[in-house]
Amino acid sequence: MAQKDETPVHEIRPVTQEVRVPERYLPAPTIEPGHSYASITDHISTIVLRKRTPIGWYVGFGISLILISVLTATIGKLVFVGVGIWGINHPVGWGMDIINFVWWIGIGHAGTLISAILLLLRQEWRTSINRFAEAMTLFAVAAAGLYPALHTGRPWYDFWLFPYPNTMTLWPQFRSPLMWDVFAVSTYATVSALFWYVGLIPDLATLRDRATNVVARKIYGMGALGWRGSAKHWYRYETAYLLLAGLSTPLVLSVHTIVSFDFAVAQIPGWHATFFPPYFVAGAVFAGFAMVLTLAIPARKFLKLEDFITMKHLENMGKIMLATGMIVFYSYLMELFLGWYSGNVFERFMVHNRIFGPYWKMYVALIVCNGLAPQMMWFKRFRTSTAFLFITAMFVNVGMWLERFVIIPASLHRDFLPSSWGMYHGSPWDWSMFIGSMGLFLFLLFLFIRFLPMISIFEMRTLLPEAHAHGEEH
Amino acid sequence: MSDNKTTLDFREFRERIGDIRGKEYWRSLEELSRGADFEELMQDEFPRQAAPLANGVHRRDFMKLMSASIALAGAAACTPPSGKPEKIVPYVKQPEDLIPGKPLFFATAMPLGGYTTGVLAESHMGRPTKIEGNPDHPSSLGGTDAYMQASILGLYDPDRSQVVRTFGETRTWSDFIGALQPVLKEAAVNGAGLRILTQTVTSPTLGAALRALVAQYPGMQWHQWEPVSGDNKREGLRSAFGGYVNAVYHFDKASVVVSLDSDFMSDGAGHVRYSRDFASRRRVRHDTKSMNRLYAIESSPTSSGSIADHRLSVRPSQIEGCARAIAAGVGLGAAGAIAENASWIAALVRDLQRNQGAAIVVAGDDQPPVVHAIAMAINQAIGAIGTTITITDSPEVEPVNQLESLRRLVTDMNAGSVKALIMLGGNPIFDAPADFNFAAAFDKVPFRAHLSPYYDETSMLSHWHIPETHYLETWGDGRGHDGTVTIQQPLIAPLYNGRAAIEVLATLAGGMDQSPYDAVRSHWMTNGANETLWRKWLNDGVVTNSALPARTASASTSIPAPVAPKQSGGFELRITHDPNIYDGRFANNAWLQELPKPQTKITWENVLLLSPKSANAIGFGDAERDDLFNEKHTLQADLSFRGRTLRVPVWVVPGMPENVATIHFGYGRKHGGKVASEISEKNPGGVDIYPIRFSDGLTGGAGAQITLVRSAGTYPIGCTQEHQSINPKDVGGDRGIIRSGTFDEYQRNPHAILGEEHEAAAEKDESFYPAFEYKGHAWAMVIDTSVCTGCNGCVIACQAENNISVVGKEEVVREREMHWLRIDRYYRGAPENPEVYHQPVPCMQCENAPCEPVCPVEATSHSSEGLNDMTYNRCVGTRYCSNNCPYKVRRFNFFHYADYDTEAMKPMRNPDVTVRTRGVMEKCTYCVQRINAAKIEAEKDGPQGRRVRDGEVTTACQQACPSEAITFGDMNDPSSRVASLKKEPANYALLEDLNTRPRTTYLGAIRNPNPEIRG
Repeated sequence: MAQKDETPVHEIRPVTQEVRVPERYLPAPTIEPGHSYASITDHISTIVLRKRTPIGWYVGFGISLILISVLTATIGKLVFVGVGIWGINHPVGWGMDIINFVWWIGIGHAGTLISAILLLLRQEWRTSINRFAEAMTLFAVAAAGLYPALHTGRPWYDFWLFPYPNTMTLWPQFRSPLMWDVFAVSTYATVSALFWYVGLIPDLATLRDRATNVVARKIYGMGALGWRGSAKHWYRYETAYLLLAGLSTPLVLSVHTIVSFDFAVAQIPGWHATFFPPYFVAGAVFAGFAMVLTLAIPARKFLKLEDFITMKHLENMGKIMLATGMIVFYSYLMELFLGWYSGNVFERFMVHNRIFGPYWKMYVALIVCNGLAPQMMWFKRFRTSTAFLFITAMFVNVGMWLERFVIIPASLHRDFLPSSWGMYHGSPWDWSMFIGSMGLFLFLLFLFIRFLPMISIFEMRTLLPEAHAHGEEH
Repeated sequence: MSDNKTTLDFREFRERIGDIRGKEYWRSLEELSRGADFEELMQDEFPRQAAPLANGVHRRDFMKLMSASIALAGAAACTPPSGKPEKIVPYVKQPEDLIPGKPLFFATAMPLGGYTTGVLAESHMGRPTKIEGNPDHPSSLGGTDAYMQASILGLYDPDRSQVVRTFGETRTWSDFIGALQPVLKEAAVNGAGLRILTQTVTSPTLGAALRALVAQYPGMQWHQWEPVSGDNKREGLRSAFGGYVNAVYHFDKASVVVSLDSDFMSDGAGHVRYSRDFASRRRVRHDTKSMNRLYAIESSPTSSGSIADHRLSVRPSQIEGCARAIAAGVGLGAAGAIAENASWIAALVRDLQRNQGAAIVVAGDDQPPVVHAIAMAINQAIGAIGTTITITDSPEVEPVNQLESLRRLVTDMNAGSVKALIMLGGNPIFDAPADFNFAAAFDKVPFRAHLSPYYDETSMLSHWHIPETHYLETWGDGRGHDGTVTIQQPLIAPLYNGRAAIEVLATLAGGMDQSPYDAVRSHWMTNGANETLWRKWLNDGVVTNSALPARTASASTSIPAPVAPKQSGGFELRITHDPNIYDGRFANNAWLQELPKPQTKITWENVLLLSPKSANAIGFGDAERDDLFNEKHTLQADLSFRGRTLRVPVWVVPGMPENVATIHFGYGRKHGGKVASEISEKNPGGVDIYPIRFSDGLTGGAGAQITLVRSAGTYPIGCTQEHQSINPKDVGGDRGIIRSGTFDEYQRNPHAILGEEHEAAAEKDESFYPAFEYKGHAWAMVIDTSVCTGCNGCVIACQAENNISVVGKEEVVREREMHWLRIDRYYRGAPENPEVYHQPVPCMQCENAPCEPVCPVEATSHSSEGLNDMTYNRCVGTRYCSNNCPYKVRRFNFFHYADYDTEAMKPMRNPDVTVRTRGVMEKCTYCVQRINAAKIEAEKDGPQGRRVRDGEVTTACQQACPSEAITFGDMNDPSSRVASLKKEPANYALLEDLNTRPRTTYLGAIRNPNPEIRG
């Protein structure tokens, strides 16, 4: 809150009676003290503009390139040979392809949530992590997008899923949740990309102005779209940004709702459940924040951004993880309860099979990762320890993958007719595709932290006390 | 490379090539490669190409290799056999009867084990594409089994032998005739040195030729050997009737049937007919007043036993005792009768006695002669002989004890008195009894010639190998189970230069150029035929009134005294032929290899069958079994029999008797073609059981000579179905998949079979939306689970009709088999002797199909006649439809399974059905191509056309089904059979509470247990 110049009369107290509030009761700062406009700009833009790229970046980028080649090899094999290289089979038509799709899409939720919803809710602490989270969102959506595009038997005909005018005068099937997915994911990707890019414009201008390299100046200049920082620019910028935030907000809910329809609309026991939309959205936010933490904790350390991404940020994210984790855990319990309560032999068996069937280990691991591990976040001591936060986030990352495993193959593998029951195991190519998609994600992320400001410079400046010198409420 | 000999000596090659006259150049490539230096050159120049051939072929590569081999085969086929150019002409005037796109059907006959079954072969523009049963043939009545259906693949098999060979070197037919002349000259002087070995022969023409040959070469001997032995039956009937006779059963007249380890509905001559006859007394409709009853006493689960009303699971050694106990019950002397299960047998006996003249006791072919004799004595006592059983002369030309016949041959070969051995078919090197040491004796014969469809184990050791024609390629004849003769007419000229047995015999007789056509025709022209009759016989597929007449015979009712019971501690081993690949002859038939076996649902393999308890006894626990099964693996064990040890995969089958191990022979081929003998560490293509099949234990043995020890390691197994029971505790409750009940219950309340929920569900048949109105046809199917024996005829019929791909064992292990129609098998009750139910599952063609709305590109959509149409070329392959199908009947092309490259396979395909590509979903279409063909015919009929009549459309599965369990038709036609079956009280839909409203429904399985027997 801004400092007021004029103190109301009734608040004047003798100095001797001033209460010294212990530090731990003070709200944690969203930016460490001692920064000025110039220091923020310097600090963040230097990461991008410095001439010497740190060795660590090369190492990380090199690893991501290796993983990308794994991805390329896998995709090549997949397209030339067929989806048979994966572990899918007759009862289990979807395996790690869809697990990973949902996993990545879930991760891609935090960015927009942080940027849009927290912006609208005026949670200022979001400022230092939103750019980073949005980028993560985009890259996760890119990684996710690989799967639906490549999981089809004949990916070269994927465009048939789009409603385009064609000589066959055929529409896609609008009743199919996969069709809805196409719209939901592509809209989400588009709006997220726009939102991210619009947010970048003022900073690209800053970089343009500060770049000494001619080429860099040109490139940043093109990206900055002629931004001069005039009042008119700022006015239009703010309006556009708010509008996009407004547009993004329902998308945060819609994407995973629609992804959940892929399952809820089908009639397989374990899929066919009405509570899937909220369950999936909560799970997505849960997963998204876990991934932001997973990436932010090391990035903050290696790029020396502790001043900007403070413990307050990390702690808040921990709290959100706890809250959404509880919703998710509640959903697990509801799933069991509803299976039993339905009185339906197939639903009951599904519940039984989850816990005692051949994949019981996955289920137990899921409960440990998503149900028990986040309970650490009740304690401030753990919430404010980067090590514990990181460990918890890793548990959640694994747990959310397991959740999708338990939902997708573990429901499909034993459905209605016992004669058709089978098993599912990811093949080496399933794993290489997964690891490769991580490579794509890391590749984009490394490019991002090297060439774009990973923290919004101009928004950070608004966090400084000076920004509120005129006492205006944001 | 310094040595002159090992370097590339092209000059030498060129010289060698130069020696060969121009025309023969192409056919002599193999001669060229004869030299060791050529092999070396290959290794040097193309090490990668040469290596896989040296090391055997990995199964996944076989398609690739097959296509390569075909490229070469195609080159060979380009050369006309005689070397002279044969002109081909396009149609200027279209031949009569030949309309492109419209198939023709020709009657012919398929021989198996000597006996023939009449078939109708579908021919598209001169290419046979599908086999159907001949409704006029008494052994078929229109039904077919899996062997018959799969024989079409055998015709086109690119691995079939294509040239005459001498120890691998290519020769010509005239070379063979030339080589034969000195042998014949010697035989003319002293015929005793000339031996002919055939399989069972019922062919009158072949028989006459053989007899003529014996007359021509005095002293010549004709031996017969068939590894799936009919000796037990022959000898048993001989001891009962005093001569070699044949028993023809009339199951349609029998109210009570007792099977003594007999699989009469899926095994042996006439089984297709028997299946139909048996089913005719077993179909229960609302007005049915009686139902037959089957008691099965068996030592391993069989198809026939699986639909029995009462099944007694006993050890092989106990069957005889059971037979004696029944004999004692009907008053034939009690010696040797078994004491166990006395009340069960007593009830059975009372049932037999109540049904004098309307009962049958049938003994299995693997049972010793004495059991057959006892069975016939019982039949005599209960008045079956002459009523439900007809005794005729043997349809075989020369019924002999084949084991003794082969033993004589081996003895003579060892003695050196066999100068020339001509083998017409068969594969004795592979399948002769182990103790005969056939190969060693064989080696002593100076002239060995083998006529065989494949260049197999025996061919490789013979001086001469002659490729044999397929039955669809040549003229011939043969008798059915009741002696009815069919003239076997060819559908196509020999694809691979094959020769028929008749041709070989003609050369032995000295005639050079008698074609099989001339031989068969002249035989019949001198045996009562004239031109009109000949044409009629060919057209009908049966020789009129050729069934052998009934003999007035009565079986001896004096039962042979029991031999001292064999020691029966420890394991008993039962060896029998494989339900899919028979004695090994169909090992190269990928359809049969990939066919899930009726009882175990295992593909590509033979396994040692054990009861759950016996498996536990060798340390194979239930939990371990489940775990392994989840990984599609099983345990291996070392099976020792008389000092010979085989490592075999173990498979647990409910309903096996304790301490009995059953294994099928026929697998483990070394040289049977690329499909048959895939050699790789992980997948050896089954275990060869012949090494433990001894002449005094062709069906196994008992006692301390058998040990079974669990061995280390596990083994991948291509099983298409878990050993699923539908016991509620195993599957979470009663899923209502199989609805069953007894005939008594049904008569009291026909609806009770279906359970209470069914009635509730039927009332709740309401929807938020108005139902679609099917104004035209509404295709539907009803499957009667009461009569389905799980014989698999429909599965292969579907595969042949719809161009369904084979995927190979590795893909089956990955659960990706492609059969559109599968037969689900469920157990109910205790694993010691459970009830077994078979349920064929094609696409249900749901009216509210879960697959349809989820497809994002509308590749699967509903037709106005109620079919779930699948548009292959619109499918992108999301597999969502398959996920959402509660019946899991959709099949996905995970890889490019269809073989687009092998030229030989192309003519085999049904031209009316798309060959699917990779990445596309496929499924049962109710044979929509047949529906459309019938609709076109109906449209052309009269100026306005007419409606398709009931029975005009038969699906492939329906047409094949020997027991007529499948009915298909138009539900909107109130007079159709399917419409009336839908009204049957036992009619139910699978998973009906999902409200998918399937068009395929089932009739509940009704069994007719004897009320005197509890449990």
